[in-house]
Amino acid sequence: MTQTLDITIQSKIGLHARPATQFVKEAARHTSKIRVENLTNPSPTVDGRSLLMVLSIGVEHGHTIRITADGVDENAALEDLKKLIETNFGEA
Amino acid sequence: MKRTINSTSRAEISLKGIGAADGIAIGPIFVYFPLKFTFLDRVPGMVDQEMSLFIDARASATRELEFLKEGLDSCVDEGIAAIFDAHMTFVNDPALSDGVQGRLNTGMTAEKALIETIDEVAAMLEGMNNPLFAARGVDIRDVGRRILCNLLGVKDTSLESLSCPSIIAAYDLTPSDTVRLRPGMIVGFCTAAGGLTSHTSILARTLGIPAVVGIGQETLDLVQQADKLAINGATGDVVVNPTSDRISHFLSLLDANSKRHEMLKVQALEHAQTADGRRVDVSANIVDLDSAEEAVRRGAQGVGLLRTEFLYLGNTRPPSEDEQIQVYGSIFSVFGDRPVIVRTLDIGGDKPPSFLDFPTEQNPFLGWRGIRVCLDELGLFKTQLRAILRASANYHAMIMFPMISGVEELRRCKQVLEEVKTELRAEGKDFSEGIPVGIMVEVPAAVAVADLLAEECDFLSLGTNDLTQYALAVDRTNERVASLYQPLHPSILRLVKATIDAGHSKGKWVGMCGEMAGMKKAIPILLGLGLDEFSMAPLLISEVKWLMRQLTETRLKDITERALSFKTVREVDDYLGEILSEINNSAGQTNEA
Repeated sequence: MTQTLDITIQSKIGLHARPATQFVKEAARHTSKIRVENLTNPSPTVDGRSLLMVLSIGVEHGHTIRITADGVDENAALEDLKKLIETNFGEA
Repeated sequence: MKRTINSTSRAEISLKGIGAADGIAIGPIFVYFPLKFTFLDRVPGMVDQEMSLFIDARASATRELEFLKEGLDSCVDEGIAAIFDAHMTFVNDPALSDGVQGRLNTGMTAEKALIETIDEVAAMLEGMNNPLFAARGVDIRDVGRRILCNLLGVKDTSLESLSCPSIIAAYDLTPSDTVRLRPGMIVGFCTAAGGLTSHTSILARTLGIPAVVGIGQETLDLVQQADKLAINGATGDVVVNPTSDRISHFLSLLDANSKRHEMLKVQALEHAQTADGRRVDVSANIVDLDSAEEAVRRGAQGVGLLRTEFLYLGNTRPPSEDEQIQVYGSIFSVFGDRPVIVRTLDIGGDKPPSFLDFPTEQNPFLGWRGIRVCLDELGLFKTQLRAILRASANYHAMIMFPMISGVEELRRCKQVLEEVKTELRAEGKDFSEGIPVGIMVEVPAAVAVADLLAEECDFLSLGTNDLTQYALAVDRTNERVASLYQPLHPSILRLVKATIDAGHSKGKWVGMCGEMAGMKKAIPILLGLGLDEFSMAPLLISEVKWLMRQLTETRLKDITERALSFKTVREVDDYLGEILSEINNSAGQTNEA
């Protein structure tokens, strides 16, 4: 089974540097396979645990991404990533 | 070759070197050895073995990053800690290990697989449109370099790869070592070799970064990559792994320094004058628009030296008249109606531009350089003069000819200038007709005929850097004899006095744009000799103005008489050093560690 989440990145610098690092760390905390693609600037689907890959799809402020989780804790994974993104990665 | 990182805490060590650039710095050390990666093509082992090598190197790199991050103070920018986080994440990124594994499967060595993977990943990032993302290519190359160093068992080398504000520890630093350093990442310098005039010292003073040099190679060997250092650039004290008490002490010195700097910054905007109210001009030596703006911020009355070489060096063709007008104009406008002295092109065989055919010279400093080049390359010379004249139409610019050695040369320059003015008049172009014309006094012969030269120009400016070299027959970049370069040598003081007297006897003002003008020890005697204008690096202006304000005319007269009476450099230097200490102490300033 796979779960999917489409979500828009509001963080000012997009999915870059610190937010991206937090994203991949959070993804790595789960056993499910996490994949991400940029829907706004169409990109290939990449490994959500790889900071390099996440950076390579160039997610900027206002872009929408599709996160796919596949594994035992896929729901929890999506929930946690959603929370992280919605709180703007802890930014003000 | 395995490397282990020492994880036990290390004892505090106190060292002493030469204080080369004032200021306090506390921070992690970055030990720098210039090194090129040349490794032999070795036969790769089994894929598993090669992968193990990579995994071990990766683990070491991670530990290094952890150490570096731990070494950061809480008072350091959070952003820096975030960079380390990112690097640590990169190091362990699946994309890296996948890439390496894939290449190893084709039968490569670990180092080749790593280099190719890094290149591919970095290129991918660098190819992205958004510059924010593209810039991460630098980070991944940095990380790749760190892993590679661990793989090959060598210490990392590149100053570009500094990712956290550090104190650079090195045997010595050459201009090519520092050409790409990121000033924000350097908080101090500490070298084994070097003296007050070595590249490190000059660079540090220019950037306003504390530096201690000459601590000796054995001492440098005591220091390790993960150590923390506190240095006092005024006294030459260096403490390795300072205890928290020592750190507090350094921090309070740092605090006192910054308070003083704030006060000085404000006072620097006032006109320079002695304690009795005699006004002199304190101007800036600048090289481009950025330094022009900095000069104004730091209280420069004007520009005593605008170097123009930057327009010519590093380019494949000389700058056009219009390009020059644009550049000069933008710099002039920063100063408004304040004087800007433009020095015409001053280049030589030691650093030739690519578009001129320079002969191979045994002795470039005594060869085809300075005004000689311009008088032979009239096209180049006239274009520059045209640009300066036209750009200065509504400003207060002046022209200064370098390396003038006699009246004939000066007359020839003025003749070319007149020809250019005639051309411009005929073309109906606006330019400043009465633009003042002066010369740099740096060839000793010019000092001998300074009165004759002063009759035929509007001002004299002492280029003491070259004057000292020519007069003492010393190449300051030659390590063997560099210590003989002494601006406070009695002969130099006499040459300066003679030039000032000659200029004044003909009713012309005399300035100085060599380093001596910004040398605190020299200020009292220069004031006493009647120097009218002091032009220096913008960073030095506030301290110099402060110092001038402490000196009365009586005091200046006494100091000058005494300093001129000495027969040796040592006596002059010691005496002027004492005077400076007296002044600092009586004003309640102290730099002692």
